Amino acid sequence: MAKKKECVAMLLAGGQGSRLRLLTEKTAKPAVTFGGKYKIIDFPLSNCINSGIDTVGVLTQYQPLMLNEYIGNGKPWDLDRSFGGIVVLPPYQGAHRADWYSGTANAIYQNLRFIKRYSPEYVLILSGDHIYKMDYRAMLSFHKKSGAGCTIAVIEVSPEETERFGIMSARKDGRIYKFEEKPKNSSSTTASMGVYIFSAGLLMKYLEDDEQNASSDNDFGKNIIPDMLKNGEKLFAYPFGGYWKDVGTVQSLWESNMDLLGERPKFDLNDRSWRIYSRNYADPPHYMGENAYVVNSLINEGCEIFGRVENSVLSSGVKVEKGGFVCDSVIMSDVTIGRNAAVNYSIIDFGTNVGEGAMIGRPKEISKGITLVGGELCIPPFAIIPDDVSAGEEYINETLLAKECGQ
Amino acid sequence: MTVVGIIFSNIHDKNVPELTHHRTMASVPFGSRYRLIDFTLSNMVNSGINHVGVITHYNYQSLMDHLGSGKDWDLARRAGGIQILPPYITAFANPQNFLYTTRLEALKNIMSFITGCTEDYVVLSDCDVICNIDLVELIENHISTGADATLMVKSMYLTPNGAGDMVTVESDGDGRLIAISEYSAPAGGYADICTNIWVINRRFLESFVSEAIAYNYNSFVKDVVRKNAPVKNFRVYRHGGYFATINSMQAYYMCNMDLLDETVRKNLFGVSGRPVLTKVRNSPPAVYSDSARVTSSLIADGCVINGAVENSVVFRGVSVGKNSVIKNSILMQDTIIGENVTLNAVITDKNAVIRDGRTLSGHETHPFYIGKYIQI
Repeated sequence: MAKKKECVAMLLAGGQGSRLRLLTEKTAKPAVTFGGKYKIIDFPLSNCINSGIDTVGVLTQYQPLMLNEYIGNGKPWDLDRSFGGIVVLPPYQGAHRADWYSGTANAIYQNLRFIKRYSPEYVLILSGDHIYKMDYRAMLSFHKKSGAGCTIAVIEVSPEETERFGIMSARKDGRIYKFEEKPKNSSSTTASMGVYIFSAGLLMKYLEDDEQNASSDNDFGKNIIPDMLKNGEKLFAYPFGGYWKDVGTVQSLWESNMDLLGERPKFDLNDRSWRIYSRNYADPPHYMGENAYVVNSLINEGCEIFGRVENSVLSSGVKVEKGGFVCDSVIMSDVTIGRNAAVNYSIIDFGTNVGEGAMIGRPKEISKGITLVGGELCIPPFAIIPDDVSAGEEYINETLLAKECGQ
Repeated sequence: MTVVGIIFSNIHDKNVPELTHHRTMASVPFGSRYRLIDFTLSNMVNSGINHVGVITHYNYQSLMDHLGSGKDWDLARRAGGIQILPPYITAFANPQNFLYTTRLEALKNIMSFITGCTEDYVVLSDCDVICNIDLVELIENHISTGADATLMVKSMYLTPNGAGDMVTVESDGDGRLIAISEYSAPAGGYADICTNIWVINRRFLESFVSEAIAYNYNSFVKDVVRKNAPVKNFRVYRHGGYFATINSMQAYYMCNMDLLDETVRKNLFGVSGRPVLTKVRNSPPAVYSDSARVTSSLIADGCVINGAVENSVVFRGVSVGKNSVIKNSILMQDTIIGENVTLNAVITDKNAVIRDGRTLSGHETHPFYIGKYIQI
């Protein structure tokens, strides 16, 4: 008899994440660094392996180079298996047609052959843009017990946030009777987490039907779920009580990084019962210089700190030179903060060199918004980048250097 | 040019008996996140050596745990890769059923490995050589001088006191090795120190090891070097960068403290294209709380720092409680320091626990060692 997997996970990692602006210019959202040494995709992948799900298809489309390289053979998550394991599924050229993935449902539809190879009873659909720790096993047993065709993990959000999520209304037993995609005003505040479990046969049926409908957006939230509801399928909401954050915007990415700090962090990375795995590199231990002052921060390997760091998250290989100051900021890997440079309430992407005495952002209390600095840039000495801007290559060339020439 | 590496993992165990009680010299923790073998193994891998035999003797469980499949050094290979060479003991009484004690006896024990190799050259290395070197240069020098064996040496200033611990090497102006003296006269001054990193033609190695088996030789220096140096082409090659070897607990302590020096760190970890590779552990980032005060220290991932740490080397997963002051100390993996603890010149082994309010101090010339799993 052919071998089987009870549950196969499909991870949607093809989105551009345009609201992360500069951070996703060269890389897909799931490959954006989080918490210093992780990528966003580490969270769903670690959840999978911690939940005993060892077959994961990762659907990529937008800027997949870094993501593909990062995933590799899946070794860091113990997903290098001879049967199952992790498989990257890019769009492909078929015998009859070649298509980009036109929507989340279409992406799964185009890879039904991958799912069918494992003849699973259930398919878990995940997305690569949330930070959370969740036991999918518990959700799966809820799904089995309720006899649902589809179970959607849900979380309570504030009324102002409903327009960012799929909002549903459910009866006491969890059965969903109403689903609205990103409503402005809604009576319910129960939001979809983008985590679905489908009974495999039903999923295949609805995906195939959806493909026949030329006017469909081929999207789970917009098409598949409403269709199922209309046809009276059993859809259940699975309430999730833990920490869950959508890091789709610069602001929420920053907030979520800050949630790692503090005496009792809202999100604990140091949880040995639910480890988050990531691809580690052999950087040397980090060094604290003679005058270093680091408080309430996360520091990673390869860092060298000679200045002050407060309330910040530093990725690997960050160098803060003498007199340099970093506060309320998220610094990605291999960034250098020059002598006496000050970084306040900012996110700086990888490989950027902040010149001596430069001022980036304004102190959080008086800032209008987060300053975002792109990757692999050279910020000239004594440059000033104000609050609430996205400073990419163009900004540096046009605004900063032009000013210098004018002087 | 094809090269195979051979590493002696138990050599010099007796130099630091406290640290090697439960482990090999090769797996002695060093520099916040490394084990000693990482340096020589990385040197080999970074120099394109993809086939490495690791000779073990006893206590090598921790070493096997560290090396695993060799994956972290890119040595999990179908062809070549890492090979652990445990003692060769059969179930039958025969003269081979003894545990070797010397370098040459160890080589005699792995004769089948040596003859089974197809490489032209062999790099022999101890496991306690802390350096980042390009072995390609050494090997090319060996080939271009037509040597049979080349020994890497390091010029060091020896005080009359310290000279007794060092093995010194004499060579002539051409770089021809004349003699190795294991207990040199305590004269002091500059001398070439033996690093125990050798490049040897594999055929030559094979011939002198089989000779050693035939005549029951057992000293590498006495029976191989002294006999062959005058008739064969034995040469020396000087290494210019940082080099240290662990020959005492004090040396272990000082070498760790050396890493707090920027030049040493650059020399070891800052060489582009030659990273020091080690087993990666999935630790979260280090956490600094509001009460953390850390200066002049190396800290690894997974630490939680609530107190003051100064001039220290801290390994992965260490936690330091509030109002504790750690100075000039080495805290190995998963050490737990409670609150209001004061430590000075202390080495804690893995999983040691120092409870609230304890004050412990050694001296830099004689650090106070606290064993694995000890609670104080």
